[in-house]
Amino acid sequence: MGISQNEQQSISALVGQYTQLPGALLPLLHAIQSDLGYVPDSAVPIIAKGLNLSRAEVHGVISFYHDFKTTPVGRHTVQVCRAEACQSMGSRQLEAHAKQALGIDYGETTADGAVTLEPVYCLGNCACSPSVRIDDAIYARVDTDLFDDLMSGLLTEEGASK
Amino acid sequence: MTFYIPQDTTALALGADAVASALQSVGIEPVRSGSRGMFWLEPLLEVETNKGRIGFGPVTAKDIPSIVDALESDPARHTLYQGEVADIPYFKSQQRLTYSRAGLGDPVCLDNYQALNGFKGLNNALKMTGQQIVDQVKDSGLRGRGGAAFPAGIKWQTVHDAGKDGCQKYIVCNADEGDSGTFADRLVMEADPYQLIEGMIVAGLAVGATQGYIYLRSEYPVAHKLLNIAIDRAIAANFLGENIQGSGKTFYLEVRLGAGAYICGEETSLLESLEGKRGMVRAKPPLPAIEGLFGMPTVVNNVLTLAAISTILEQGADSYQNFGMGRSRGTLAIQLAGNIKRGGLIELAFGVTLREVVEDYGQGTYSGRPIRAIQVGGPLGAFLPESQWDTPMDYEAFAAIKAMIGHGGIVVFDDTADMAAQARFAMEFCVVESCGKCTPCRIGSVRGVEVIDRIVANENRDNNLILLHELCDTMEFGSLCAMGGMTPYPVRSALAHFPNDFLLRDAAGALSQDARGSLSGDAAGAAQGEH
Repeated sequence: MGISQNEQQSISALVGQYTQLPGALLPLLHAIQSDLGYVPDSAVPIIAKGLNLSRAEVHGVISFYHDFKTTPVGRHTVQVCRAEACQSMGSRQLEAHAKQALGIDYGETTADGAVTLEPVYCLGNCACSPSVRIDDAIYARVDTDLFDDLMSGLLTEEGASK
Repeated sequence: MTFYIPQDTTALALGADAVASALQSVGIEPVRSGSRGMFWLEPLLEVETNKGRIGFGPVTAKDIPSIVDALESDPARHTLYQGEVADIPYFKSQQRLTYSRAGLGDPVCLDNYQALNGFKGLNNALKMTGQQIVDQVKDSGLRGRGGAAFPAGIKWQTVHDAGKDGCQKYIVCNADEGDSGTFADRLVMEADPYQLIEGMIVAGLAVGATQGYIYLRSEYPVAHKLLNIAIDRAIAANFLGENIQGSGKTFYLEVRLGAGAYICGEETSLLESLEGKRGMVRAKPPLPAIEGLFGMPTVVNNVLTLAAISTILEQGADSYQNFGMGRSRGTLAIQLAGNIKRGGLIELAFGVTLREVVEDYGQGTYSGRPIRAIQVGGPLGAFLPESQWDTPMDYEAFAAIKAMIGHGGIVVFDDTADMAAQARFAMEFCVVESCGKCTPCRIGSVRGVEVIDRIVANENRDNNLILLHELCDTMEFGSLCAMGGMTPYPVRSALAHFPNDFLLRDAAGALSQDARGSLSGDAAGAAQGEH
């Protein structure tokens, strides 16, 4: 996937900041993803050269971790917890509802580019399950009604900021 | 009057920010405290009055005007009034050591931490030799709280003695708390982060390490923010960095974020990840204590283990080791979660029974239905039927029934739970999270999902049941680490204690009415969650 020259430059600049850090690859990938929203394939050779690794090593790390995305994602990431505590409180129904309401499966993005839906295995909010994370905010005791409210809240917020 | 409203993940997830805004709109600036861990009362608004520190919960923004009115007349008449917070039985009956400060004040306020005995353990440690500190930890009987329960003092001694003089050593805090039903590490980091920082500095002094890393899971954004603030302030106040408090000792500390891989909670996989690699499990030996991070001697301890160090160094090894039973000394952070009326953090000496925790503290299920199964110790822990709920919470007692305490998480399921579906999920989780290094885990889990699907669909069921047991044996005895090695625990326990869930299915694979009717005939008998 092609990226702009600006993006290339910002990746190179980030790589430059991390060359001296021990075990730099994960912090660097987080920084790139936080900047661009994903880690484009064209970043791999730049990272490999900067950290003196092979491209295979860099690719291997990106593909190992669930967090790192190699294609652009939605403007918001919505994660539904699938772990046991949330299951005991009905998260299986919640995830089915989330997929149906958004019209997408896990790992997909809505057609308007607003929301990417992902599974997550525990948000550490297990005494007040089921839990959902939207970007960096976590919500407790999410039933299907609250989920719908949260989603319409996201769209309203987006409309207001336009 | 001083108002306190928590800023921990659970309180925020239940609307604590809106409550704080509502207070501000009536001219009250609340202290953003940590949580006490009574999550069923969150958001819990605490008010320091001339009659003591009283609580209201769970509150929403619209309750604020009536609470403010009640405070001017008779607070006890408000429907959300909880009385003196320290006298709430759920809280008062606990034995709080690690969580003694949690919820009392602003978690990142250094003055507050020091006023509540913070850094006293460090000050004691600064006057001791490394060996003397290691001896204190050994004498305390502290065992690793991450799940494996290895004696912390012995691990520290190994690192203390390892390597050439002056070689680089590391302290690594495992804050990759991935088990479902656990939030004890998160609560320490969000409600009392300096305690962890203090424990890590002491560990560095003990073994001669000058660099520490907290490997934190990326699912904990609030903990990440608070830890970084706390570390910055500790550096500014010279508790971290060079020449700590004029002692000539050095310790640097950094938070490193994981990237959504459960396996990185396994210590060797965590070290690989910290080194910037795929989180592949390493074969042991060499032990991380000898060849750990970047090949150097490394202490890898859980958040709770390191947090306990500050208590031990402050109050002495004897005091700590007076808590507990048998070889399980000190206190256990029990996390009550899932389908439970009163979920939260319960710190008690080892030895309390599961039934006491779930029935006395938890008050039964949130749904009001009978409890059917309890999973202890995360996704690799067994599902326990009622006949096993009188087991005391002690590492050895749990091991004796093929279960584990692990990190102390308890997940409660009511009688609508489909235990065949839970067994399938255990295998499915292993498919998603296996690092892929060893075959029994990587392939075995995939085959496990398929075999359970066939059993549930009544395809050649008897033979497939035999196959599933054999597959569990292969995974347990052939896997490199606990991921593949313990995934069979929940599967086998579901098969043993809830066999009808695998057998009485209708043509579509759903639990049949016969199975529903026979739930009360589980091997364990009916369980009553309500009292």
